Amino acid sequence: MADLKFSEDHEWVRVEGGRAVVGITDYAQQQLGDVVFVELPEIGKSFAKGDEAAVVESVKAAAEVYAPFDGEVVEVNGDLDSDPGLVNTAPEGEGWFLKLSVKDAAQLDGLMDRTAYDKFVADQS
Amino acid sequence: MHDPGLKTTPLHGLHRELGARLVPFAGYEMPVQYQNGIIAEHTHTRSAAGLFDVSHMGQAQLAGPRVAEALETVVPGDIAGLAPGAMRYTLLLNANGGIIDDLMVTRPADDQAGDRLMLVVNAARKDVDFADLTERLGGRIALERYEEKALLALQGPQAAAVVGRFAPDAAKLTFMTAQVFSVGGVEWQVSRSGYTGEDGFEISVSGEHATDVAQALLAAPEVEAIGLGARDSLRLEAGLCLYGHDIGEQTTPVEASLTWTIAKRRRAAADFPGAERILRQIEEGPARRRIGFKLEGRSPAREDAEIETPDGAAVGRVTSGGFGPTLKAAIGMGYVDAACRAPDTALNFIVRGRKLPGRVAKTPFVPANYYRGD
Repeated sequence: MADLKFSEDHEWVRVEGGRAVVGITDYAQQQLGDVVFVELPEIGKSFAKGDEAAVVESVKAAAEVYAPFDGEVVEVNGDLDSDPGLVNTAPEGEGWFLKLSVKDAAQLDGLMDRTAYDKFVADQS
Repeated sequence: MHDPGLKTTPLHGLHRELGARLVPFAGYEMPVQYQNGIIAEHTHTRSAAGLFDVSHMGQAQLAGPRVAEALETVVPGDIAGLAPGAMRYTLLLNANGGIIDDLMVTRPADDQAGDRLMLVVNAARKDVDFADLTERLGGRIALERYEEKALLALQGPQAAAVVGRFAPDAAKLTFMTAQVFSVGGVEWQVSRSGYTGEDGFEISVSGEHATDVAQALLAAPEVEAIGLGARDSLRLEAGLCLYGHDIGEQTTPVEASLTWTIAKRRRAAADFPGAERILRQIEEGPARRRIGFKLEGRSPAREDAEIETPDGAAVGRVTSGGFGPTLKAAIGMGYVDAACRAPDTALNFIVRGRKLPGRVAKTPFVPANYYRGD
Protein backbone atom coordinates (compact mmCIF):
# COMPACT_ATOMS: atom_id res chain seq x y z
CA MET A 1 0.00 0.00 0.00
CA ALA A 2 1.28 3.43 -0.93
CA ASP A 3 2.40 5.61 1.90
CA LEU A 4 -0.04 8.09 3.31
CA LYS A 5 0.59 11.79 3.38
CA PHE A 6 -0.90 14.06 6.01
CA SER A 7 -2.21 17.61 6.27
CA GLU A 8 -2.05 19.96 9.24
CA ASP A 9 -5.86 19.71 9.38
CA HIS A 10 -5.49 16.01 10.22
CA GLU A 11 -6.50 14.59 6.87
CA TRP A 12 -4.60 11.78 5.21
CA VAL A 13 -4.12 11.39 1.48
CA ARG A 14 -3.24 8.28 -0.50
CA VAL A 15 -2.35 8.85 -4.12
CA GLU A 16 -3.72 6.30 -6.60
CA GLY A 17 -2.56 7.35 -10.06
CA GLY A 18 -4.17 10.63 -11.05
CA ARG A 19 -6.44 10.70 -8.05
CA ALA A 20 -6.12 10.49 -4.31
CA VAL A 21 -8.16 9.05 -1.48
CA VAL A 22 -8.82 11.40 1.46
CA GLY A 23 -9.79 10.53 5.01
CA ILE A 24 -9.20 11.79 8.54
CA THR A 25 -6.39 10.54 10.72
CA ASP A 26 -6.58 8.24 13.70
CA TYR A 27 -5.64 11.21 15.88
CA ALA A 28 -8.54 13.23 14.41
CA GLN A 29 -11.11 10.49 15.00
CA GLN A 30 -9.87 10.09 18.58
CA GLN A 31 -10.30 13.80 19.17
CA LEU A 32 -13.78 13.78 17.66
CA GLY A 33 -15.06 10.74 19.48
CA ASP A 34 -17.91 8.59 18.19
CA VAL A 35 -18.82 9.63 14.66
CA VAL A 36 -22.57 9.53 13.98
CA PHE A 37 -22.86 11.14 10.57
CA VAL A 38 -20.66 12.18 7.65
CA GLU A 39 -21.86 14.71 5.12
CA LEU A 40 -20.08 14.02 1.83
CA PRO A 41 -19.96 16.23 -1.25
CA GLU A 42 -21.57 15.48 -4.60
CA ILE A 43 -19.54 13.72 -7.25
CA GLY A 44 -18.22 16.21 -9.78
CA LYS A 45 -17.87 19.04 -7.29
CA SER A 46 -14.57 20.96 -7.49
CA PHE A 47 -12.61 22.16 -4.52
CA ALA A 48 -9.64 24.41 -4.09
CA LYS A 49 -7.13 23.45 -1.41
CA GLY A 50 -8.54 24.42 1.98
CA ASP A 51 -12.21 24.39 0.92
CA GLU A 52 -14.66 22.61 3.18
CA ALA A 53 -15.15 19.27 1.44
CA ALA A 54 -17.08 17.25 4.03
CA VAL A 55 -18.47 17.53 7.54
CA VAL A 56 -18.12 14.92 10.20
CA GLU A 57 -20.56 14.91 13.10
CA SER A 58 -19.60 13.21 16.32
CA VAL A 59 -21.86 12.85 19.33
CA LYS A 60 -20.22 15.98 20.70
CA ALA A 61 -19.75 18.34 17.77
CA ALA A 62 -19.46 18.93 14.05
CA ALA A 63 -16.05 19.27 12.38
CA GLU A 64 -15.10 20.27 8.86
CA VAL A 65 -12.91 18.23 6.58
CA TYR A 66 -10.92 20.38 4.15
CA ALA A 67 -9.71 19.55 0.69
CA PRO A 68 -5.95 18.93 1.14
CA PHE A 69 -5.32 19.93 -2.51
CA ASP A 70 -7.23 21.22 -5.55
CA GLY A 71 -9.39 18.57 -7.14
CA GLU A 72 -12.73 17.28 -8.30
CA VAL A 73 -14.74 14.68 -6.43
CA VAL A 74 -14.67 11.42 -8.36
CA GLU A 75 -16.03 9.08 -5.69
CA VAL A 76 -17.38 9.20 -2.14
CA ASN A 77 -17.54 6.45 0.47
CA GLY A 78 -21.22 5.46 0.48
CA ASP A 79 -20.60 2.97 3.29
CA LEU A 80 -20.34 5.90 5.71
CA ASP A 81 -24.08 6.57 5.26
CA SER A 82 -25.03 3.34 6.94
CA ASP A 83 -21.95 2.93 9.11
CA PRO A 84 -20.34 6.26 10.03
CA GLY A 85 -18.56 4.46 12.88
CA LEU A 86 -16.08 3.18 10.26
CA VAL A 87 -14.37 6.55 10.69
CA ASN A 88 -13.58 5.50 14.27
CA THR A 89 -12.83 1.85 13.71
CA ALA A 90 -10.86 2.11 10.45
CA PRO A 91 -9.93 5.76 9.93
CA GLU A 92 -7.13 4.99 7.47
CA GLY A 93 -8.98 2.15 5.75
CA GLU A 94 -12.70 1.53 5.29
CA GLY A 95 -13.45 4.86 6.92
CA TRP A 96 -12.14 6.89 3.96
CA PHE A 97 -14.21 9.91 2.91
CA LEU A 98 -13.73 10.72 -0.75
CA LYS A 99 -11.54 10.49 -3.82
CA LEU A 100 -10.39 13.62 -5.58
CA SER A 101 -8.75 13.99 -8.96
CA VAL A 102 -5.33 15.57 -8.52
CA LYS A 103 -5.09 18.86 -10.43
CA ASP A 104 -1.65 19.95 -9.31
CA ALA A 105 0.62 17.17 -8.10
CA ALA A 106 3.04 19.74 -6.67
CA GLN A 107 0.50 20.49 -3.93
CA LEU A 108 0.97 16.96 -2.61
CA ASP A 109 4.61 17.67 -1.95
CA GLY A 110 3.55 20.14 0.73
CA LEU A 111 1.96 17.37 2.79
CA MET A 112 3.76 15.62 5.63
CA ASP A 113 4.93 12.03 5.74
CA ARG A 114 3.93 9.92 8.73
CA THR A 115 7.02 10.69 10.78
CA ALA A 116 6.54 14.42 10.31
CA TYR A 117 2.82 14.15 11.06
CA ASP A 118 3.39 12.15 14.24
CA LYS A 119 5.79 14.85 15.38
CA PHE A 120 3.27 17.54 14.41
CA VAL A 121 0.61 15.85 16.58
CA ALA A 122 3.01 15.34 19.47
CA ASP A 123 3.97 19.01 19.36
CA GLN A 124 0.32 20.04 19.50
CA SER A 125 -0.60 18.19 22.65
CA MET B 1 -1.31 19.40 34.78
CA HIS B 2 -4.74 20.91 34.98
CA ASP B 3 -5.53 24.42 33.90
CA PRO B 4 -4.95 26.58 37.01
CA GLY B 5 -7.92 28.74 36.05
CA LEU B 6 -10.24 25.77 36.54
CA LYS B 7 -11.53 24.21 39.73
CA THR B 8 -11.40 20.47 40.27
CA THR B 9 -13.63 18.05 42.14
CA PRO B 10 -12.40 15.62 44.81
CA LEU B 11 -12.44 12.91 42.10
CA HIS B 12 -10.07 14.72 39.74
CA GLY B 13 -7.17 12.37 40.44
CA LEU B 14 -9.37 9.34 39.85
CA HIS B 15 -10.55 10.74 36.51
CA ARG B 16 -6.94 11.02 35.38
CA GLU B 17 -6.18 7.52 36.59
CA LEU B 18 -9.14 6.22 34.61
CA GLY B 19 -7.88 7.88 31.44
CA ALA B 20 -10.60 10.50 31.20
CA ARG B 21 -10.51 13.21 28.59
CA LEU B 22 -10.82 16.35 30.70
CA VAL B 23 -12.46 19.53 29.45
CA PRO B 24 -13.49 22.84 30.98
CA PHE B 25 -17.11 22.82 32.10
CA ALA B 26 -18.80 25.46 34.26
CA GLY B 27 -15.45 26.58 35.67
CA TYR B 28 -14.32 23.03 36.46
CA GLU B 29 -12.04 20.61 34.70
CA MET B 30 -14.38 17.66 34.18
CA PRO B 31 -14.32 14.32 32.34
CA VAL B 32 -16.22 14.53 29.06
CA GLN B 33 -15.57 10.86 28.41
CA TYR B 34 -13.38 7.98 29.51
CA GLN B 35 -11.65 5.52 27.23
CA ASN B 36 -14.76 3.69 26.03
CA GLY B 37 -16.23 6.82 24.44
CA ILE B 38 -19.58 8.52 24.67
CA ILE B 39 -21.76 6.00 22.82
CA ALA B 40 -20.41 3.02 24.78
CA GLU B 41 -20.80 4.95 28.04
CA HIS B 42 -24.34 5.98 27.12
CA THR B 43 -25.31 2.43 26.20
CA HIS B 44 -23.70 1.03 29.33
CA THR B 45 -25.75 3.38 31.51
CA ARG B 46 -28.99 2.34 29.79
CA SER B 47 -28.18 -1.36 30.14
CA ALA B 48 -26.20 -1.69 33.40
CA ALA B 49 -24.98 1.12 35.67
CA GLY B 50 -22.89 4.24 35.16
CA LEU B 51 -21.08 6.31 37.76
CA PHE B 52 -20.94 10.07 37.16
CA ASP B 53 -19.00 12.69 39.08
CA VAL B 54 -21.38 15.60 39.51
CA SER B 55 -19.50 17.21 42.37
CA HIS B 56 -19.35 20.45 40.41
CA MET B 57 -23.02 20.99 41.16
CA GLY B 58 -23.93 23.28 44.01
CA GLN B 59 -25.03 21.66 47.25
CA ALA B 60 -26.42 23.70 50.10
CA GLN B 61 -28.68 23.62 53.09
CA LEU B 62 -31.38 26.15 53.84
CA ALA B 63 -32.24 26.37 57.53
CA GLY B 64 -34.69 28.39 59.53
CA PRO B 65 -38.20 28.25 60.90
CA ARG B 66 -40.84 27.39 58.25
CA VAL B 67 -38.11 27.13 55.65
CA ALA B 68 -40.45 25.61 53.04
CA GLU B 69 -42.75 28.60 53.26
CA ALA B 70 -39.77 30.89 52.78
CA LEU B 71 -38.48 28.99 49.75
CA GLU B 72 -41.95 29.05 48.21
CA THR B 73 -41.65 32.83 47.88
CA VAL B 74 -39.05 32.26 45.11
CA VAL B 75 -40.16 28.96 43.48
CA PRO B 76 -43.58 27.84 42.12
CA GLY B 77 -43.42 24.26 43.43
CA ASP B 78 -45.19 22.74 46.40
CA ILE B 79 -42.36 22.72 48.91
CA ALA B 80 -44.48 22.96 52.05
CA GLY B 81 -46.13 19.69 51.04
CA LEU B 82 -42.85 17.73 51.02
CA ALA B 83 -42.89 14.91 53.57
CA PRO B 84 -39.67 14.17 55.43
CA GLY B 85 -37.42 12.30 52.99
CA ALA B 86 -39.21 13.59 49.87
CA MET B 87 -37.67 15.67 47.13
CA ARG B 88 -38.94 17.79 44.28
CA TYR B 89 -37.72 19.36 41.05
CA THR B 90 -38.50 23.06 41.03
CA LEU B 91 -37.51 26.38 39.45
CA LEU B 92 -35.97 29.46 40.98
CA LEU B 93 -37.85 32.36 39.35
CA ASN B 94 -37.12 36.03 38.89
CA ALA B 95 -39.75 38.74 39.31
CA ASN B 96 -40.61 38.39 35.63
CA GLY B 97 -41.26 34.67 35.88
CA GLY B 98 -37.94 33.88 34.12
CA ILE B 99 -35.99 30.86 35.27
CA ILE B 100 -32.88 31.70 37.31
CA ASP B 101 -32.13 28.00 37.72
CA ASP B 102 -33.71 24.59 38.00
CA LEU B 103 -32.96 22.70 41.17
CA MET B 104 -33.69 19.73 43.38
CA VAL B 105 -35.11 20.42 46.83
CA THR B 106 -35.06 17.68 49.47
CA ARG B 107 -36.61 17.70 52.90
CA PRO B 108 -34.24 15.58 54.99
CA ALA B 109 -35.78 12.35 56.29
CA ASP B 110 -34.94 13.37 59.87
CA ASP B 111 -36.43 16.86 59.56
CA GLN B 112 -39.50 16.76 61.78
CA ALA B 113 -39.58 20.47 62.65
CA GLY B 114 -39.75 21.63 59.04
CA ASP B 115 -36.73 23.86 59.41
CA ARG B 116 -34.24 22.32 56.94
CA LEU B 117 -34.09 21.79 53.18
CA MET B 118 -31.24 20.51 51.03
CA LEU B 119 -30.66 22.00 47.60
CA VAL B 120 -28.77 20.81 44.54
CA VAL B 121 -28.34 23.47 41.85
CA ASN B 122 -26.48 23.75 38.56
CA ALA B 123 -22.72 24.25 38.67
CA ALA B 124 -22.75 27.24 36.35
CA ARG B 125 -25.48 28.92 38.40
CA LYS B 126 -24.53 28.18 41.98
CA ASP B 127 -22.99 31.57 42.74
CA VAL B 128 -25.96 33.36 41.19
CA ASP B 129 -28.48 31.14 42.96
CA PHE B 130 -26.92 31.31 46.38
CA ALA B 131 -26.49 35.08 46.18
CA ASP B 132 -30.10 35.40 45.08
CA LEU B 133 -31.40 33.15 47.86
CA THR B 134 -29.37 35.03 50.43
CA GLU B 135 -30.71 38.32 49.14
CA ARG B 136 -34.35 37.32 48.93
CA LEU B 137 -34.58 34.99 51.95
CA GLY B 138 -31.64 36.21 53.99
CA GLY B 139 -33.62 37.75 56.82
CA ARG B 140 -35.45 34.51 57.51
CA ILE B 141 -33.21 31.71 56.38
CA ALA B 142 -29.55 30.73 56.75
CA LEU B 143 -27.90 29.30 53.65
CA GLU B 144 -24.93 27.01 54.14
CA ARG B 145 -22.97 25.97 51.08
CA TYR B 146 -21.37 22.54 51.01
CA GLU B 147 -18.40 23.36 48.81
CA GLU B 148 -16.36 20.53 50.21
CA LYS B 149 -18.84 17.78 49.43
CA ALA B 150 -18.76 15.47 46.46
CA LEU B 151 -21.82 14.28 44.56
CA LEU B 152 -21.83 10.96 42.73
CA ALA B 153 -24.63 9.76 40.48
CA LEU B 154 -25.08 6.04 39.96
CA GLN B 155 -27.56 5.56 37.13
CA GLY B 156 -28.99 2.63 35.25
CA PRO B 157 -31.17 -0.46 35.64
CA GLN B 158 -28.55 -2.22 37.77
CA ALA B 159 -27.82 0.76 40.02
CA ALA B 160 -30.18 -0.44 42.76
CA ALA B 161 -28.54 -3.87 42.93
CA VAL B 162 -25.15 -2.20 43.35
CA VAL B 163 -26.24 0.38 45.94
CA GLY B 164 -28.09 -2.36 47.81
CA ARG B 165 -24.80 -4.15 48.46
CA PHE B 166 -23.58 -1.13 50.42
CA ALA B 167 -26.83 0.07 51.95
CA PRO B 168 -29.63 -2.51 51.59
CA ASP B 169 -32.34 -0.03 52.58
CA ALA B 170 -31.20 2.49 49.99
CA ALA B 171 -32.37 0.08 47.29
CA LYS B 172 -35.87 0.38 48.78
CA LEU B 173 -36.09 4.13 48.34
CA THR B 174 -38.64 5.12 45.70
CA PHE B 175 -38.11 7.73 42.98
CA MET B 176 -37.70 11.24 44.41
CA THR B 177 -37.11 10.20 48.03
CA ALA B 178 -33.95 10.45 50.07
CA GLN B 179 -32.33 9.14 53.21
CA VAL B 180 -28.98 9.16 54.97
CA PHE B 181 -27.08 5.91 55.45
CA SER B 182 -23.88 5.06 57.23
CA VAL B 183 -21.71 2.86 55.02
CA GLY B 184 -18.56 1.63 56.71
CA GLY B 185 -18.63 4.67 58.96
CA VAL B 186 -19.04 7.11 56.04
CA GLU B 187 -22.21 9.16 55.75
CA TRP B 188 -23.97 8.67 52.41
CA GLN B 189 -26.81 11.09 51.69
CA VAL B 190 -28.68 9.05 49.12
CA SER B 191 -31.55 10.13 46.91
CA ARG B 192 -33.30 8.10 44.25
CA SER B 193 -33.02 10.57 41.43
CA GLY B 194 -30.87 11.49 38.49
CA TYR B 195 -30.56 13.09 35.09
CA THR B 196 -30.61 10.16 32.70
CA GLY B 197 -34.22 8.93 32.67
CA GLU B 198 -32.98 5.71 34.23
CA ASP B 199 -33.51 4.40 37.72
CA GLY B 200 -30.64 5.55 39.87
CA PHE B 201 -29.23 7.41 42.81
CA GLU B 202 -27.35 10.52 43.70
CA ILE B 203 -25.00 10.09 46.62
CA SER B 204 -23.56 13.03 48.50
CA VAL B 205 -20.45 12.26 50.53
CA SER B 206 -17.71 14.34 52.07
CA GLY B 207 -14.90 15.19 49.68
CA GLU B 208 -12.34 13.30 51.74
CA HIS B 209 -14.22 10.02 51.25
CA ALA B 210 -15.33 10.60 47.68
CA THR B 211 -12.55 8.70 45.92
CA ASP B 212 -12.96 5.66 48.19
CA VAL B 213 -16.71 5.61 47.62
CA ALA B 214 -16.31 6.02 43.86
CA GLN B 215 -13.71 3.24 43.70
CA ALA B 216 -15.91 0.94 45.76
CA LEU B 217 -18.82 1.52 43.36
CA LEU B 218 -16.58 1.15 40.30
CA ALA B 219 -15.34 -2.19 41.66
CA ALA B 220 -18.83 -3.61 41.10
CA PRO B 221 -18.84 -5.52 37.80
CA GLU B 222 -21.95 -3.65 36.62
CA VAL B 223 -20.44 -0.19 37.00
CA GLU B 224 -18.40 1.90 34.58
CA ALA B 225 -17.29 5.53 34.90
CA ILE B 226 -19.34 7.81 32.65
CA GLY B 227 -18.42 11.31 31.50
CA LEU B 228 -20.38 14.47 30.85
CA GLY B 229 -20.71 13.66 27.14
CA ALA B 230 -22.94 10.68 27.83
CA ARG B 231 -24.65 12.56 30.63
CA ASP B 232 -25.76 15.06 27.99
CA SER B 233 -26.95 12.47 25.46
CA LEU B 234 -28.77 10.56 28.21
CA ARG B 235 -30.58 13.61 29.54
CA LEU B 236 -31.48 14.69 26.02
CA GLU B 237 -33.09 11.33 25.27
CA ALA B 238 -34.89 11.62 28.61
CA GLY B 239 -36.26 15.02 27.54
CA LEU B 240 -34.68 16.79 30.50
CA CYS B 241 -33.73 20.47 30.22
CA LEU B 242 -30.17 21.76 30.36
CA TYR B 243 -29.97 25.13 32.06
CA GLY B 244 -28.49 27.93 29.95
CA HIS B 245 -29.58 26.10 26.80
CA ASP B 246 -33.17 24.85 27.06
CA ILE B 247 -34.18 27.17 29.89
CA GLY B 248 -32.93 30.49 31.21
CA GLU B 249 -33.90 33.88 32.57
CA GLN B 250 -35.59 34.69 29.26
CA THR B 251 -37.92 31.70 29.42
CA THR B 252 -40.87 31.11 31.74
CA PRO B 253 -41.92 27.69 33.05
CA VAL B 254 -44.92 27.74 30.70
CA GLU B 255 -42.84 28.52 27.61
CA ALA B 256 -40.40 25.84 28.74
CA SER B 257 -43.21 23.23 28.88
CA LEU B 258 -42.53 22.91 32.60
CA THR B 259 -46.02 24.01 33.68
CA TRP B 260 -46.29 20.71 35.57
CA THR B 261 -43.82 22.11 38.12
CA ILE B 262 -46.31 24.80 39.16
CA ALA B 263 -48.33 23.28 41.97
CA LYS B 264 -52.12 23.63 41.95
CA ARG B 265 -52.14 25.28 45.35
CA ARG B 266 -49.52 27.76 44.16
CA ARG B 267 -51.57 28.63 41.06
CA ALA B 268 -54.62 29.31 43.23
CA ALA B 269 -52.60 31.48 45.58
CA ALA B 270 -50.66 33.19 42.76
CA ASP B 271 -47.89 33.82 45.28
CA PHE B 272 -44.66 33.08 43.36
CA PRO B 273 -42.45 35.49 41.39
CA GLY B 274 -43.91 36.36 37.99
CA ALA B 275 -47.24 34.76 38.93
CA GLU B 276 -49.32 37.24 36.99
CA ARG B 277 -47.44 36.65 33.73
CA ILE B 278 -47.16 32.90 34.24
CA LEU B 279 -50.82 32.41 35.12
CA ARG B 280 -51.82 34.48 32.10
CA GLN B 281 -49.63 32.28 29.92
CA ILE B 282 -51.27 29.16 31.38
CA GLU B 283 -54.68 30.69 30.64
CA GLU B 284 -54.01 32.05 27.16
CA GLY B 285 -51.14 29.87 26.01
CA PRO B 286 -47.66 31.33 25.48
CA ALA B 287 -46.48 32.63 22.11
CA ARG B 288 -43.68 30.05 21.95
CA ARG B 289 -43.11 26.66 23.45
CA ARG B 290 -40.29 24.27 24.10
CA ILE B 291 -40.73 21.13 22.02
CA GLY B 292 -38.79 17.98 21.32
CA PHE B 293 -37.98 17.02 17.75
CA LYS B 294 -36.68 14.09 15.79
CA LEU B 295 -35.00 14.40 12.42
CA GLU B 296 -35.50 12.01 9.52
CA GLY B 297 -31.77 11.61 8.90
CA ARG B 298 -28.81 11.03 11.18
CA SER B 299 -27.27 14.48 10.82
CA PRO B 300 -27.86 16.37 14.08
CA ALA B 301 -29.35 19.86 14.25
CA ARG B 302 -27.41 21.48 17.07
CA GLU B 303 -27.99 24.44 19.35
CA ASP B 304 -28.92 27.67 17.52
CA ALA B 305 -29.98 25.94 14.30
CA GLU B 306 -32.99 27.74 12.85
CA ILE B 307 -36.33 25.99 12.64
CA GLU B 308 -38.69 26.64 9.73
CA THR B 309 -42.06 25.44 8.57
CA PRO B 310 -42.03 23.40 5.32
CA ASP B 311 -42.99 26.57 3.45
CA GLY B 312 -39.99 28.44 4.79
CA ALA B 313 -41.36 30.57 7.61
CA ALA B 314 -38.90 30.96 10.51
CA VAL B 315 -40.62 29.68 13.65
CA GLY B 316 -37.86 29.09 16.17
CA ARG B 317 -34.46 27.80 17.14
CA VAL B 318 -32.84 24.64 18.47
CA THR B 319 -31.65 24.88 22.09
CA SER B 320 -30.16 21.36 22.45
CA GLY B 321 -29.51 18.96 19.64
CA GLY B 322 -27.48 15.87 19.03
CA PHE B 323 -27.50 12.22 18.27
CA GLY B 324 -29.40 9.91 20.61
CA PRO B 325 -27.35 6.70 20.85
CA THR B 326 -30.26 4.64 22.19
CA LEU B 327 -32.70 5.92 19.57
CA LYS B 328 -29.99 5.91 16.91
CA ALA B 329 -31.52 9.12 15.64
CA ALA B 330 -30.84 12.83 15.59
CA ILE B 331 -32.99 14.46 18.24
CA GLY B 332 -33.21 17.70 20.13
CA MET B 333 -35.24 20.40 21.77
CA GLY B 334 -36.03 23.92 20.77
CA TYR B 335 -38.52 26.73 21.00
CA VAL B 336 -41.12 27.19 18.27
CA ASP B 337 -44.17 29.36 17.71
CA ALA B 338 -46.99 27.82 19.70
CA ALA B 339 -48.91 27.03 16.49
CA CYS B 340 -46.18 24.53 15.55
CA ARG B 341 -45.96 22.70 18.86
CA ALA B 342 -48.23 19.71 18.22
CA PRO B 343 -46.48 16.32 18.00
CA ASP B 344 -45.80 15.20 14.40
CA THR B 345 -45.82 18.76 13.03
CA ALA B 346 -43.40 18.76 10.09
CA LEU B 347 -40.53 21.24 10.44
CA ASN B 348 -37.23 21.91 8.72
CA PHE B 349 -34.00 22.43 10.61
CA ILE B 350 -31.40 24.58 8.91
CA VAL B 351 -27.94 23.01 9.14
CA ARG B 352 -25.07 24.41 7.04
CA GLY B 353 -27.61 26.02 4.72
CA ARG B 354 -29.55 22.81 4.16
CA LYS B 355 -33.07 22.09 5.28
CA LEU B 356 -33.12 18.88 7.29
CA PRO B 357 -36.67 17.53 7.62
CA GLY B 358 -37.98 16.47 11.00
CA ARG B 359 -41.04 16.43 13.19
CA VAL B 360 -42.11 17.60 16.61
CA ALA B 361 -41.79 14.61 18.95
CA LYS B 362 -43.11 13.84 22.39
CA THR B 363 -40.56 13.72 25.17
CA PRO B 364 -39.10 11.74 26.78
CA PHE B 365 -37.74 10.23 23.57
CA VAL B 366 -36.72 7.15 25.56
CA PRO B 367 -39.29 6.08 28.18
CA ALA B 368 -38.27 6.82 31.75
CA ASN B 369 -37.38 3.85 33.90
CA TYR B 370 -37.92 5.24 37.40
CA TYR B 371 -38.51 3.06 40.45
CA ARG B 372 -41.80 3.95 42.07
CA GLY B 373 -42.09 0.90 44.31
CA ASP B 374 -43.01 -2.76 43.75
